[in-house]
Amino acid sequence: MIAPSAYLLLSAILFGIGVVGVVARKNILIILMSVELMLNGVNVAFVAAGSYLGDAAGGVFAFMVMTVAAAEAAVGLALLIALYRLKETVDITELKVLKW
Amino acid sequence: METVLFILFGAIAVCGAIMVVTRKHPMASALYLILTLFAVAALFVLRQAHFLAAIQVIIYAGAVVVLFIFVIMLINVPEDRLPVERATTMRVLGVLAAGFFILESAVLARRFWMPIGPVAEVGTVEAVGRALFTDYLLAFEITSVLLLAAVIGAIALAKRKI
Repeated sequence: MIAPSAYLLLSAILFGIGVVGVVARKNILIILMSVELMLNGVNVAFVAAGSYLGDAAGGVFAFMVMTVAAAEAAVGLALLIALYRLKETVDITELKVLKW
Repeated sequence: METVLFILFGAIAVCGAIMVVTRKHPMASALYLILTLFAVAALFVLRQAHFLAAIQVIIYAGAVVVLFIFVIMLINVPEDRLPVERATTMRVLGVLAAGFFILESAVLARRFWMPIGPVAEVGTVEAVGRALFTDYLLAFEITSVLLLAAVIGAIALAKRKI
């Protein structure tokens, strides 16, 4: 048997690695994948806490997070294709039209 | 037995996640992402969440990552035009902040260690279905609106001319 705290710690580690990917990488594709990693880390926490407390909300919200992740990936990749068509680059530091 | 499986799949998930954020080519990252998602699905099985483990493999590894790989091959950035990573102050600070976050959660987890408790079956088909169609019916219906908006948004953004 595993204590739920171990799952929560693992979830924090996955989330932290996702944060590193989002702040430290320049490739938009890898940044989007790191966002998926962060959402997955949150799912681990939801499932572990839900099964520990015996509350079905844990499973339901993990399901909702997966739905949001799928929608986010579809819209994010569509944005990426539109951007690549316009700028011919996947480097976020070159996309600074809105930067003041 | 369960401890061994937890350590094994947890280590695979963490190593895969580290590889996702450190590889230069996005295709290698996508393949390591699949590895991490499978390991997380195995962890869901250890928590008796069989339905969520199946959904994790089908939706994430089967649909989302395939979408990523489609886009990587569609835009097909040449090897020499991939962005060069440089350590600026902001980036180093961001990585330090993330490391601090992990350390902080480790300290908190040690301080408020939850004892081994019962593993309720909240992630099975029956439990998720029952909760989804009774208590969370409105949220479930709103999810369909979200997916419709995502579909329309993706088509409108990626289309050359509407």
